[in-house]
Amino acid sequence: MELTLPRAEDLYAHMKAGIEELLGKLDPDSVHLVGIYSGGAWLVERLQKDLKLQNPSGVINTSLYRDDFHKIGLHSQVLPSSIPFEVNGKHIIMVDDILYTGRTTRAAINELFDYGRPASISLAVLIDRGGRELPVSPNVCGGVIPLEKGTSFVLSQNEQRLFDIDLKKENVGA
Amino acid sequence: MHNPQLNRHGELTHLLSTEGLPKDILTHILDTAQTFVPLAEREVKKVPLLRGKSVFNLFFENSTRTRTTFEIAAKRLSADVFNLNINASSTSKGESLLDTISNLTAMQADIFVVRHEASGAPYLIAQHVEPHIHVVNAGDGRHAHPTQGLLDMYTIRHFKKDFSNLTVAIVGDILHSRVARSDIHALTTLGAAEIRAIAPLTLLPGGLEQMGVRVFTNMEQGLKDVDVIIMLRLQNERMKGALLPSSQEYFKHYGLTREKLAYAKPDAIVMHPGPMNRGVEIDSAVADGDQAVILNQVNFGIAVRMAVMSIVAGASQ
Repeated sequence: MELTLPRAEDLYAHMKAGIEELLGKLDPDSVHLVGIYSGGAWLVERLQKDLKLQNPSGVINTSLYRDDFHKIGLHSQVLPSSIPFEVNGKHIIMVDDILYTGRTTRAAINELFDYGRPASISLAVLIDRGGRELPVSPNVCGGVIPLEKGTSFVLSQNEQRLFDIDLKKENVGA
Repeated sequence: MHNPQLNRHGELTHLLSTEGLPKDILTHILDTAQTFVPLAEREVKKVPLLRGKSVFNLFFENSTRTRTTFEIAAKRLSADVFNLNINASSTSKGESLLDTISNLTAMQADIFVVRHEASGAPYLIAQHVEPHIHVVNAGDGRHAHPTQGLLDMYTIRHFKKDFSNLTVAIVGDILHSRVARSDIHALTTLGAAEIRAIAPLTLLPGGLEQMGVRVFTNMEQGLKDVDVIIMLRLQNERMKGALLPSSQEYFKHYGLTREKLAYAKPDAIVMHPGPMNRGVEIDSAVADGDQAVILNQVNFGIAVRMAVMSIVAGASQ
């Protein structure tokens, strides 16, 4: 059966509303968004503008913290993480496009702690596709769309910075 | 021909020399190093990539700086590091070397970082070890010092961005220098416009022209309009032989002073692999001047060695 995909912009609007609500509960001076490279980084860029956030945001690239390094090696060029603010005592809202096994989230949390000790970390995702292998649960979620193993969502952004999602069959063994 | 540094998938599994490394692998190492440079600014300067791996620093020849930077690099990757200072016995080197390696392999070594006075020793080890073990050459005889060559390339790329318009001069004891050789091969592969070697005739090896290097014995002429100057250390033991008259004489002709530096482009950078002999190959005014990037090289060296170790460790078996 062909899966009917919701519009990515609707999911984004829903996630944005959830983040706004979350922001209302936190001290505005000490909240920073951190996007997980690459989809999460795009989302954060857009959220910073749409929510008119003044505090600098960051990008986390989990390549150096992955638990499958021994299987996949360091093949592609990785952009370094960039956290241009003091992490100690801050409330971090981590943003990712797709939440799946939870392993990326685990790696990102580990990496954040190497920058300092945040007051709290929350997780906001555009899509929760199920299939968790670790006890990770998002605080904010644009939509829950269960997806079978072997298929993945691909987030893209057009010239007007609007989001789109698509489905991609994965290569066997990838 | 089989390249002993690459596995059957064409991935880097040992780093033995910059010679014969394809451009995409050199670039991949430099790009990966770039991701490690910002780590030095963080509160926790470690990443868990090599957690649980054992790195053995096997230094059959003395070295403080290179061994320390390899140790720092391995520790920042969360590996366990073991430093072994082994004085090579003068006889039966081949056999005892491989016996040492077999013993350490039995202790579950994952990476050997090897410095040896005999050219080719790291190749011998690389041929001997099982496929899951990786060898990184930290300097073998007069042959190669690939991580120094790579960190020099990183430094040049950092300051000059692109190699294709660059004229690079290597100055000093090129005859005995494994650094010069590693630099020349890497610069050639990365497409530097012109490579020059500047030295007295007694310190120039044969065959440089065949490698595409322009040779100068006059420093002023050789430095004219260059973008990058790589100074080499003049090893004191060379003075004792008949190769050079005296260090004062050498400094007069080949020491890098402000006056000689003025022949290079105004934005030329000055590099040196260290340790420096001030007043022999380089004047303090230059070594501590605005154009010197010698301390940047040290910092980049850690990131480049992290990149090399994490890339070879991630190669498929």
